[in-house]
This record gives sequence, structure tokens and C-alpha cells, in this order.
Amino acid sequence: MKIAQIHNLSKSYSDTQALKNISLEVEQGELFGLIGPDGAGKTTLFRILVSLLLPDKGEVFLLGKDVKKDFKELRQHIGYMPGRFSLYEDLTVEENLYFYATVFGTTIQENYHLIKDIYQQIEMFKTRRAGKLSGGMKQKLALCCALIHNPEVIVLDEPTTGVDAVSRKEFWDMLKSLKKQGITVLVSTPYMDEASMCDRVALIQKGELLSVAPPAQIESEFEGDLFEIKADNLHSLKNKLNEKYGEHSAHLFGQSIHFSNPNQEISEQELSDLIEQEGFHPSSIKKIKAGIEDCFMHLMTAKKGIE
Amino acid sequence: MNRFFAFVKKEFLHIFRDYRTMIILFGMPIAQLLIFGFVISNEIRDAHIAILDHSKDEHTQKITEKLVSSGYFILSDELKNENEIDACFRAGNAKLALVFEPGFGRLLEKTGKANLQIIADASDPNSAEMLSNYTQAIISAYIKDLNMAGYGNKIIRAETRMQFNPGLKGVFMFVPGTMALILMLISAMMTSITIAREKETGTMEVLLISPLRPIQIILGKVAPYLLLSFINAIVILALGFFVFGLPIRGSLILLLAESMLFILMALSLGILISTVAKSQQVAMFISMFALLLPTMLLSGFIFPIENMPVILQYLSAIMPPRWFIVIIKNIMLKGTGFLFVWKETLILTLMAIAFVVVSVKKFKLRLE
Repeated sequence: MKIAQIHNLSKSYSDTQALKNISLEVEQGELFGLIGPDGAGKTTLFRILVSLLLPDKGEVFLLGKDVKKDFKELRQHIGYMPGRFSLYEDLTVEENLYFYATVFGTTIQENYHLIKDIYQQIEMFKTRRAGKLSGGMKQKLALCCALIHNPEVIVLDEPTTGVDAVSRKEFWDMLKSLKKQGITVLVSTPYMDEASMCDRVALIQKGELLSVAPPAQIESEFEGDLFEIKADNLHSLKNKLNEKYGEHSAHLFGQSIHFSNPNQEISEQELSDLIEQEGFHPSSIKKIKAGIEDCFMHLMTAKKGIE
Repeated sequence: MNRFFAFVKKEFLHIFRDYRTMIILFGMPIAQLLIFGFVISNEIRDAHIAILDHSKDEHTQKITEKLVSSGYFILSDELKNENEIDACFRAGNAKLALVFEPGFGRLLEKTGKANLQIIADASDPNSAEMLSNYTQAIISAYIKDLNMAGYGNKIIRAETRMQFNPGLKGVFMFVPGTMALILMLISAMMTSITIAREKETGTMEVLLISPLRPIQIILGKVAPYLLLSFINAIVILALGFFVFGLPIRGSLILLLAESMLFILMALSLGILISTVAKSQQVAMFISMFALLLPTMLLSGFIFPIENMPVILQYLSAIMPPRWFIVIIKNIMLKGTGFLFVWKETLILTLMAIAFVVVSVKKFKLRLE
């Protein structure tokens, strides 16, 4: 069964088009990731999916229910965690959980098994005000609150943004265990490295989907060779390479440059010589396997080329 | 129903945990009333009075002495004829003049009855009323002493006249007026801010996704403030009664019921504001500008409605506090019953219903 079906969805705000003709399906029981940079349209897409926003064009069904017409019924069966921390900061951990449980017509006891693993990590702070929790704790509490009414699908908008690396890892482990319990999980993130945690991902950029596939498949579909170059003057080297081999052939990746040139096969030695000729001294050049971020850049460039 | 109570409980927690809310809720009304009261009680010290004594006998001397030694009054002028009273008021030399009829003491001893006249400068109606009340109290105390001392049953008939403003409009206006103002502001502002806050912090997103219906959210927001504002109304009334001696001549139950109605109306107005306002600041601004100024200026609180230009009179008709002020004045000062205020009550009821209906209609089930 398809949990979410989106057909030709478009949405504009007064001056920008947030989503352009998007079609997407999510299977039951999937851990599905929506990955893209800030402003790509992730939040808009999720808000439409949970019936908080109306689409301009296209059909959107979640759990087989039309988000335009059957939204009241739909809202009973989904869990939603907005991008901003949206619990009551002046209420304690326990009070927040109690409030959401009661408002959704259930009790903490009834569905405690769903949140037990997560809640146990913050239970020692249950009398603390939610506003006084750390970022990771807040997200755990928000997840508990979104889960307490036993939803069939849970939609999480950037749950790991602004959370430390350890908590992020823990959070993804929690999402995986939710998946094991049969809950479909839709999650958005701007962190490309989190793609590998998902069963399938959709890469989104400027309101358009670049690719929808399992992360491994996206990585394997990378065309051409990819080199990691380490050198001094990374910035000017990157500009030089872009100048020479076309824009977006080289990207800065932390302390190195990722370079690919789909138009021309090249060996590590040849590349090294070419760079030396330009007056740069690379400390290491090696062929690497493309990650999601490389694919994203690649697909983004390809899309631009078409336009 | 459980949902609703959980919501109300949450609202109470918000209120009790935010000291600013508590200060606005309970500090502001008390402070405002006491400031008014302080100004007025100050005026009654050392008020200048003039005496026109046509009799000049033992009794008039003693009454004058009693007045002056009371600490409330300073004798500024001894007048010779009636014409001087007006001049004295206009010059601002005295706020009150006391006129003893010719042969005052003789009449009092022979017939047991004597007349005097209290004339007050009622251009400032509040202090005029205060001053004449004080004067009367001192005179009746004098008569009491006299009667106790075995002079028989003597009566001094004091005729009070309010110069410049005989109808004494605006007397005791400040308590009904402040009450209307405070209840209006607090109720409307507080509710509009609390809903705007849910929007601002993003919790509204989750509330919308929840099975709570709009009417539940709205009533859940209103309920705690209804209770707290009602407590507020009682505090204001008690202050007016005990501190400023404002009478409650009519039915207290009716008065409280009408206050409840007015609060409900103001709360629904607040909800209406919040459906428009996106942030707490906007909500606060709308409440301040749309409510505070019109309430002060157009409700008859400060300026008598009869003196307004016709257009403003029509405008004042849509100001809820205007009707509430009429209601409380009638009940408290005139002691009238429901039959005399049913029209105003009906207007307030209709306003409240209209606000709630429009709010529920306007309440957005989605984000924008």
C-alpha cells in the first residue's frame, strides 16, 4: 500500500514558486528521507502532506485520504513534528506529554510501549521545563509527543537540525526502531550524510525533485570518476578547475576538493600533472566513491544544464 | 471533554508560570484604581472653602470651627453676599461655599429647624461630591452632638447645590469607567496574545493537526481568563466599595452577572483580534489602539457622550464599554434592576455572540 501519493503538486507563495510539479510515492513501512538544502521546499512539501497547507495544483493523498477534503479524518492518524521546536517551553516534560496524549484522545499509559525506549532517556528530567532541555532532549520529547497517539505515519520536518552529532545518531536509531514497529517514517534533513540512514530518499532542490531512489542506487548512478584532491589554496584551485572544466566540476568538501569531469576520462596521475601545471601542489589525489552530496551537486548541475 | 479540560489546564499553567501575565492580570487593575483613588483623596485635604454667614451666631461659629478644624478644609473667604460666591469660584479661591440663612441659630433653637446651603464648584464633579459629602457629615455630627447634649430634636436642613454642573455628570464615573477599561483591556489583550503566541512559537501547527476542534481551542483559551477576569472584577468592585465608598445600591448578583457578560464579550473580541494577528506584538498593538483609546475617549468614560459630535456618538454606540458603563452606573448608583438595563444587556450579548461566531468562522484550520 502506498502511504503517500503526490501527483503533479505545485505550490507558490506570493513571490516564489516553492514546489514545481512534484510527483512522489511513499510505501508503507518505509523510512523515507527528503533531502535538500534550506529553502528547497522541504517544509512546504511536508506541510501540504499533513494538510496544514493547501496545494495550488495537483493531488496529494496521505494514508489514502485527500489532504484537501478529508483532512479532519487524516489528522487523527498522523504524527507530525514541525521544524521548529513546538512544544510548550513553560510546561514540564511530563506536562507536555500528558497534554498531547490527552488532546489526541489517549493516555500515556495506553501507548507507553511506543515511546518507552525514547522516553526513558529523558524521564529523569520529567519535572524539568521543556524550554530548559538541551537540543537533543527537546527533539526526543517532541518525538514522544508526536508518537503518543500511535499514528500510522509520522512526518518529521528537519528533526536533526541544530542537534549535536551524537544526538543525531541516536535520533536516527530511534527512527529505525520506529520503522521496525511498523510505523512509516517521513523525515526531511539538510544533511546529505544522513541519506544513508533512509530506505529511500528524494533529493529536492529549488522546489524540484532531482532523484527518488534508495541512497545506494543514487550513489551508484554517479557518472564518471570522482577525485578527492587535497592541496593548499583550495579555494583558488577550485576556481581554477571550474574555470577550466566547466562550472560545478569541482566542489569544496571541507578540507578537500571533489572533482569530476564526466566529459573526459582521466587518471589520477594525469590530473595531478594538470594541477601541477597550473602552479598548485596537491598533497594527495585519489579516486573515491561518490557520496550523496556529490550526486546532489551532480544532479543539480545536470538540471541547470537542461534549463 | 477530557481534551478540553487538558487544554484549559495547560492554559492555567501558562498563566501562573508567566509572572508578566500575572502582573498585568492582577497588578495593573489594582494600581490603576489606587492611583485614581490617591489623586482624589489628596484633593480632599486642605480644600478651600468660603462661608457666607447671614446669621453670625453661636451655632454658625461652631459649625465653621468644626469644619476648619477637621483638617479637610481651609477657610479662605468670608463672604458678604450671594454674588460673591460665583466670583469666588471663578477665581478658584474656593471649591465649596457654605451659606447660613439669616437667624440660623435662633431658628434652630426656637423651631428646632434651620437651613443652610452647600454650594460646590462642580466643574470637577468628583471632588465637588466628595467635599459636599464631607461637609454634610461634619454638620450632621454637630447636630448629633447637640441632640445628645439634651437640646432636643434639632434638624439642620442642608440644601446642596452643584454650581456649573448641576447634573453632576461624571460623578463616580471613574470606578465604572476604570472597571470597563481594565476588563476590556485585560480580557481582550490577554486572549489575543495567548493565541498569537501559539502561532508564533509554532505550537499552533501541532494543535491544528490534533483532533481539537476550533471551538474547543477558542473556549479553552477563554475559560481561564473568564475566571481570572471575574476575580478581577470582584477585586475592582471591592476596592471601589471599601476604599472609595462607591455604593452598590442595586443587586450584587445582577452586577456580577453583567460583569461576567462584559468579560465574555471582551474575551471573544480578543479571540477575534487573534485570528487576524500573526504575532504577539501585533495582537498587543491592535488591542491597545483599537481598544484602549476608543474605550477611554468614546465610551463616555472621560467625555460625556451627549457632548460629542453626532458622528462620534454613532461611533460610541459600537463601543462595548459604553453600554457596560451605563449598566454598572444604573445598578451601582441608581440601584435599578434588570428591567432598566435589559437593552444594554441585549446589545452586549449580541456583540459577544457576533464576536464568537466570526472568530470560529475566521479561525484557520490551516497555515497560510
